[in-house]
Amino acid sequence: MTSPFEYAPAPESRAVVDIAPNYGLFIDGEFTDAADGKVFKTVSPSTEEVLSEIARAGEADVDRAVAAARRAFGKWSALPGSERAKYLFRIARIVQERSRELAVLETLDNGKPIKETRDADLPLVAAHFFYYAGWADKLDHAGFGADPRPLGVAGQVIPWNFPLLMLAWKIAPALAAGNTVVLKPAETTPLSALFFADVCRQAGLPKGVVNILPGYGDAGAALVAHPDVDKVAFTGSTAVGKQIARTVAGTGKKLTLELGGKGANIVFDDAPIDQAVEGIVTGIFFNQGQVCCAGSRLLVQESIQDELLDALKRRLSTLRLGDPLDKNTDIGAINSAEQLARITALADQGEAEGAERWTAACELPGAGYWFAPTLFTNVTQAHTIARDEVFGPVLSVLTFRTPDEAVAKANNSQYGLSAGIWTEKGSRILAVANKLRAGVVWANTFNKFDPTSPFGGYKESGFGREGGRHGLEAYLDVR
Amino acid sequence: MSDKTEQHRLSVFKTYKLYVGGKFPRSESGRVYEVTDSKGNWLANAPLSSRKDARDAVVAARKAQGAWAGATAYLRGQILYRVAEMLEGRRDQFVREVAEAEGLSKPKAAAQVDAAIDRWVWYAGWTDKIAQVVGGANPVAGPFFNLSTPEPTGVVTVLAPQDSSFLGLVSVIAPVIATGNTAVVVASERSPLPALSLGEVLATSDLPGGVVNILSGKASEMGPHLAAHLDVNAIDLTGADDELARDLEIAAAENLKRVLRPRAEDFTASPGTDRMTAFLETKTVWHPTGSLGASGSSY
Repeated sequence: MTSPFEYAPAPESRAVVDIAPNYGLFIDGEFTDAADGKVFKTVSPSTEEVLSEIARAGEADVDRAVAAARRAFGKWSALPGSERAKYLFRIARIVQERSRELAVLETLDNGKPIKETRDADLPLVAAHFFYYAGWADKLDHAGFGADPRPLGVAGQVIPWNFPLLMLAWKIAPALAAGNTVVLKPAETTPLSALFFADVCRQAGLPKGVVNILPGYGDAGAALVAHPDVDKVAFTGSTAVGKQIARTVAGTGKKLTLELGGKGANIVFDDAPIDQAVEGIVTGIFFNQGQVCCAGSRLLVQESIQDELLDALKRRLSTLRLGDPLDKNTDIGAINSAEQLARITALADQGEAEGAERWTAACELPGAGYWFAPTLFTNVTQAHTIARDEVFGPVLSVLTFRTPDEAVAKANNSQYGLSAGIWTEKGSRILAVANKLRAGVVWANTFNKFDPTSPFGGYKESGFGREGGRHGLEAYLDVR
Repeated sequence: MSDKTEQHRLSVFKTYKLYVGGKFPRSESGRVYEVTDSKGNWLANAPLSSRKDARDAVVAARKAQGAWAGATAYLRGQILYRVAEMLEGRRDQFVREVAEAEGLSKPKAAAQVDAAIDRWVWYAGWTDKIAQVVGGANPVAGPFFNLSTPEPTGVVTVLAPQDSSFLGLVSVIAPVIATGNTAVVVASERSPLPALSLGEVLATSDLPGGVVNILSGKASEMGPHLAAHLDVNAIDLTGADDELARDLEIAAAENLKRVLRPRAEDFTASPGTDRMTAFLETKTVWHPTGSLGASGSSY
């Protein structure tokens, strides 16, 4: 169907980024092959094109990287904070300078729309380094006692949904506090972390302060279990988070975990419907729903269910799915075939358990990994799609009659990461926000992030906070 | 007329009982164990709590948690201060119990009890200040009101220190409840009597039943069940040895309890805030500020 309002293609040029045919591990300031010579390929999820071949870290490489970080720790932690700050400010500035290149790279490797990498990921990455740079020489005033000390070597494992942003959340506070790091990016999105290694080179960062180990879960497990790691930070699934908690039990390692979520987005009958619809869309379709704090459960007050769902479906029908490099694209590719299979299986299960499935009519590209925006109605709290994290563009719709019921349903989850509230009534916002067991509550907005704003979960969504003054605590010996 | 024989008065022993849900039950198991002073003299038969007692304590702590967290910080502060007042009046009793439990001279035991009373006063003052110290407005780069506030984690299991039967005990309970958590406390196994007597003080300090629940017995017996209990949100392992602490931390991962690991402690030193922050969550609430345009809409 052609409409006079169709958008012409508006692709961002990929000439701005030069991806080498292969990359090594980044250890002690040098790119190096894996000790066992293993490699893996990273593909563009929107085309399945192989982007590059990457060295795959193994246990021996973890040893090397941790040793390099340990050697670097003495000098790095002894630097005046003001000098560490300047390195981080340099990194922030270089990220800003190279932000278009990094945005295109991230979109190629991750599959998310350029609109998001350009307007959300990259600005937040630079802002995060800029923010924590300023803390490096002010730690005495952060409320953790006079002269708080760094922990040592931080082992950090990050997910594929916001590859460079999660790197920034991990590395910026760690370096500001005087730690050195070994970071393992996810196996499906190693490229931006390797480009970040080049940013470190340009910034003149001393070798060994940042080490990047692309690899799979085995490398992550080895890093977390390494006896010379003092601090473990993980963002990823709750199942892996629990395994890591067991691994570090009984050791002196400090642990922070940012895990899964099943955020409730609560819409009351007096909510501004148009804004709420935009918030619901942002909540679950931003980054194809591959967001731990996604508003994946819509709780709508019964009296406005029909009106809201009609408006929501109309809006979903206008979302443009396709080439992530197109500046008009709203919905990009799912990150991997595995993730697509998981989303597909959970959506099928939702249908099998009796929920009613609705999918926006939209054509899916032939190559690549795609899933059309989908919502389920007639969902009960017992349904798998109301309980398990789908990590995809799938929204479960439940209803409620009273604020108490909304709160009870919102809190009926093993998770407690995020929640949304839509109402014009201020006292109701505050009352409901107060009762929600969630680390981040967005009222009349959703999926907003800022380096000054602490982020992290209650319950099985993990512990510790990233961002803000709170985020420093994870990297300081506060006692 | 009267009989002049000198008769030494036989004292009345106290049956030491648990403190659960504001009541003083015996162990449901009917078990007791012999508690002696440092020289081996019999002091009392303390309840040897079972895992069922521990589960009952969790139920009581959960039931009490919402209202305790919902009470104003000012009220919680007054109640904690009331505990200090009640303890002051029973100071001699606690000095005797601590002296017997830990083999201390009267003056040394008195110093412990005085410090414990003062510790309640310290935490009483914290209830309405901690939110300002660890929370606050975040200057986000956008038109948003953004506020972080601490909230209690929920139900906290506390393995009280084995060696400091009263000052250590108070030092681990008070920070947990000051912020609105409720506690299931496993007292020092060898010296549980000051803890069980503390229950009698708490019961007369306006502290709602269930906010603090005190069990005597073996940390190694109850600990694994409490660490694995899915309705417990956090665990303080202060009273566990290294091996037990590791096992319990592994069990606690099942529902990702917040874990405070055992560490070298000097309970006579001024406490910091970290025993409170260990059992606090940070909630961050965003709302658009926008501008008041012609439409009056703020977003």
